[in-house]
Amino acid sequence: MSIPTPPRRAWINTKAVVMIAYIVFLLLPIYWLINMSLKTNEEIISVFTIWPRHLTFANYKTILTDPAWYMGYVNSMIYVVQNVVISLAVALPAAYAFSRYRFMGDKHLFFWLLSNRMAPPAVFALPFFQLYSSIGLFDTHIAVALAHTLFNVPLAVWILEGFMRGVPKEIDETAYIDGYSFPRFFVRIFMPLIASGIGVAAFFCFMFSWVELLLSRTLTSIDAKPITAVMTRTVSASGMDWGVLAAAGVLTIVPGALVIYFVRNYIAKGFALGRV
Amino acid sequence: MEKTLNQKAWFLVLPVFLLVAFSAVIPLMTVVNYSLQDTFGNNKFFWAGLEWYTELLHSERLWSAFGRQIIFSAIILAIEVPLGVFVALNMPKKGVWASLCLVLMALPLLIPWNVVGTIWQIFGRVDIGLLGHTLAALGIDYNYTRDPLAAWITIITMDVWHWTSLVALLSYAGLQSIPEAYYQAAKIDQASRWSVFWFIELPKMQGVLMIAILIRFMDSFMIYTEPFVVTGGGPGNATTFLSIDLVKMALGQFDLGPAAAFSLMYFLVVMLVSWVFYTVMTNLDKKAGY
Repeated sequence: MSIPTPPRRAWINTKAVVMIAYIVFLLLPIYWLINMSLKTNEEIISVFTIWPRHLTFANYKTILTDPAWYMGYVNSMIYVVQNVVISLAVALPAAYAFSRYRFMGDKHLFFWLLSNRMAPPAVFALPFFQLYSSIGLFDTHIAVALAHTLFNVPLAVWILEGFMRGVPKEIDETAYIDGYSFPRFFVRIFMPLIASGIGVAAFFCFMFSWVELLLSRTLTSIDAKPITAVMTRTVSASGMDWGVLAAAGVLTIVPGALVIYFVRNYIAKGFALGRV
Repeated sequence: MEKTLNQKAWFLVLPVFLLVAFSAVIPLMTVVNYSLQDTFGNNKFFWAGLEWYTELLHSERLWSAFGRQIIFSAIILAIEVPLGVFVALNMPKKGVWASLCLVLMALPLLIPWNVVGTIWQIFGRVDIGLLGHTLAALGIDYNYTRDPLAAWITIITMDVWHWTSLVALLSYAGLQSIPEAYYQAAKIDQASRWSVFWFIELPKMQGVLMIAILIRFMDSFMIYTEPFVVTGGGPGNATTFLSIDLVKMALGQFDLGPAAAFSLMYFLVVMLVSWVFYTVMTNLDKKAGY
């Protein structure tokens, strides 16, 4: 018995058409941003062009030479990295505990952690502002990093727990019989086994700290102002420098776009808080 | 996996507990504090009891923002979930094309939220945006800063653009876990495409779809940055959602008492709905045998 081929091929083609249509829908607005970032402001405002007539990199040059702009990227990077380090450092042992042991209140604690991922940042904006002002951390990188642990620590715990669940318990027991102490076992044997999980958790902490605006804007004024806040403020102040704004936007997409290839197979797991 | 009972595990959880207690419980207690008191400045506070709560429950401003929020979340869930499943069903199963699709689809998810706003703010402008310009050229009257309907359509399209890939990626992960044998069995039974979807694929996607709905509900219910950048809550109050209204109240007007009461009720609503989803989710987990 043979399977009739023509309808099958038609099926594949509809699939390709759907995917292409969807991806074009996704990329068109991004293309438009890139397109604008390569034009002069005169061209943007005066004529409507699908691609730049007078290709210029002046907008990028403005950003990369003006400290008011590029320090925004540096500030963002600093608190994002601090946040990733703090989140992973506290989440690793906790995730191990959740994946291996039962203890008093474990289920409640797990949901309580998740509930912080559900908390609207708008609720926390004002109390965070007052908390960090009162302990003298307002407008520092560490304040933003700590504020972002609110949603990144639960996320990291959940993702890591998902990966750790997949490591058989016999490995732990064998290591203890061989005389490994817990810290040595954890760092030398266990962490290499879940290296991909750590990578994915780090990526997601990086990402959610990088995309957030409300808290980072509320907690900073000058010294630690993130690029996202620089963008919103410069827009209103400078009378719409569209080209530079677009270039700044394109540069914020770059870090995510660079690392996404490495985590493409785990990205669903990360968004599902480790439960796929 | 069988877990052993060990109370010492608490020591491993302690750092997380302390950190989250510092960054969640202390601020939350401040909010509770404010919500029960009144102030005339100078850090002098008076006991106000439940006054702010009763006032807010009768405030039209809160209820209309709440109504808009519910409508918004309902619309984007109604669009993104079916669309995401549909896209996932059409994705290539493996190979270079699958990787390429994954990477391109994940791209919007990694863009800072205010840049998402900026992208659509530019894209929709009649004078310089591709979308706005094209619509104007077709003779459609479209201006998201003036017309509430256009503003809503812009913000919903933006959210669909931003987050549909999340639903699609999760559904795709669910689809990947279906063994090939299921499809072969369906072929032998000469099952239609529809019944393969309804009886094999959908039940297998149930778990991930719950997660997708949970995440999309939570995040759409606290959406702030994107509409703030695109419309600033306008025209008028047409796109003032709960978070935008709350930030206006707390950081703009510094009405501490009402803002705090607002915060707590807001948080409780999100928690309550999420808890329902979470319970359903963990029950599904148990059925799946985790």
